[in-house]
Amino acid sequence: MQRQRRFRRETWRLLGLISPTLFWLIVFFLVPLLLVLAISLGQRGTYGGVRWDLTLENYARFFDPLYLRIFGRTVFIALATTVICLLTGYPLAYFIATRPSGWRNGLLLLLMIPFWTNFLIRTYAWLLILRDQGVINIFWTGAMHEFMAHAAMTVPLPIWGPLLEATSVPLPLFGTDGAIIVGLVYAWLPDMVLPCYASIERLDYSLVEAAQDLYANRFRSFLRVILPMTMPGIVAGSVLVFIPSLGAYVTPDLLGGAKSIMIGNVIYSQFMSARDYPFGSAISFVLMAVMLLGTLIYFRLGTE
Amino acid sequence: METTSVRKRRRGRWPSRLLAAHGVMGYLFLYLPIVILVVYSFNASRYASGAWRGFSLEWYTSLFSNEAIGVALKNTLIVAGASTLISTVFGTMVALGMERHKFRGKLAFDALLYLPIIIPDIAMAVMLLLFFVLCHARLGIVTIVISHVAFNISFVAVVVRARLAYFDISLEEAAQDLYANEWQTFRRVTLPLIMPGILGGALLAFTLSIDDFVITFFTSGPGSTTLPLRIYSMVKLGVTPEINALSSIMLVASMGLVMLSLLLRKGGGGGIDIL
Repeated sequence: MQRQRRFRRETWRLLGLISPTLFWLIVFFLVPLLLVLAISLGQRGTYGGVRWDLTLENYARFFDPLYLRIFGRTVFIALATTVICLLTGYPLAYFIATRPSGWRNGLLLLLMIPFWTNFLIRTYAWLLILRDQGVINIFWTGAMHEFMAHAAMTVPLPIWGPLLEATSVPLPLFGTDGAIIVGLVYAWLPDMVLPCYASIERLDYSLVEAAQDLYANRFRSFLRVILPMTMPGIVAGSVLVFIPSLGAYVTPDLLGGAKSIMIGNVIYSQFMSARDYPFGSAISFVLMAVMLLGTLIYFRLGTE
Repeated sequence: METTSVRKRRRGRWPSRLLAAHGVMGYLFLYLPIVILVVYSFNASRYASGAWRGFSLEWYTSLFSNEAIGVALKNTLIVAGASTLISTVFGTMVALGMERHKFRGKLAFDALLYLPIIIPDIAMAVMLLLFFVLCHARLGIVTIVISHVAFNISFVAVVVRARLAYFDISLEEAAQDLYANEWQTFRRVTLPLIMPGILGGALLAFTLSIDDFVITFFTSGPGSTTLPLRIYSMVKLGVTPEINALSSIMLVASMGLVMLSLLLRKGGGGGIDIL
């Protein structure tokens, strides 16, 4: 009897503790999520509303060459971002992991601070650097151009002509896929470094020594021992970079200009200008499905 | 921790020097853009980027006399304050519930709790916009707060749970042996001990709320512009040096908040976490 009452009290307490969150997440997260799925199966009404006829038409529209191209570009940009993050982030993680232990936390903190500041502002900072009147181009068309002119006067060589011409116009940096990739690498590099760092720090170095005792040179022992052993970190970091890059909206919007757009921008325009909610929902849903899949892979590998 | 340390085994100089150079370059890459932005905010030039025309505080003073930015600041603080308050209370409660109890469907609830962290901003923004539109809700401060709470609860819960994981349950038992009732035990023992986690979670929620752009952008209506939305429209309409000043202030403010949040959470053991 008493045990039962105690059990009931525990249950009530648990309900009291979790029900506000449960309510909030169901009403303002789960229901909207299912709504997106439902609407993605509907059709666009004549005046921008939603007609509820069940159709897969919105998903079929992905195969329109226009959208296929944007999809292809998005995947390319996300992959390039991931590869660059890996090639620069892994050595950076290795660098941090090989510092004296007193330094490591400070270096990690230094890595995280920009990561937690406003994403929009960090992207805007790159706009200041990359645009036609930006830092790089001021140097390019200013000091660099003057230098070329000066050099042409002192040492007459045929190479100065084209160089002089090249430095007279700004470099086309802004509004390119490259600009987006730089912005994304800047945004997500810490997400690559941290998991790599975690697995490098945990590395049992005696195994590397064993390899070297068996006459493996440094390159081979890295390739055959260190790399495979830190693979979980590499995979985790790659997933953590690839997923948000795929769903990027702010970076292509600010740095990609009108020419270079990604899926995120398509979703935006479907909702804000084209008012095609069903198609916008279908793209969002596919995006979410891909992310979820990536996250599942991430957790599967994390538990192994 | 480490038995054979990696760092003691640096044979050969060139690879390790290359590595060190790469490390320095990496940190330069991370901080240079921020430094450039802050330096430009003190540039006397009328252009947001361009040649250096001397030191000036002009853009900071013109910022303070800008009424629209005052309104945006007020909105930002209202949204951040309200969403932090709600998500901290709910997040802490749910963390206590999840750490202390076993129940059916816990795994599913766990997944639901983590989803808002994983899902991309743009997808969450779209979901909420659709929901509010179909509910015929008037987009404004209230809808922004609701949306921010929806993602902040999860972050607070994660931080508080990390703190609870280190919690020594025998301290509560000791209090109860000394005839403290449940409420007294919670108020006098549990709450003070997990307070750093709660404060750390609250600060994180506050920072995320102040910094959020995408979700706010989709769920805001006329008259509910926040600072990130203001910055965005300033960037889109034409880059003026005032943005540099505003951005610099926001950068420094959120760096301060993050440092504070990390310091508070560090007390919980486990060093620095990503979340």
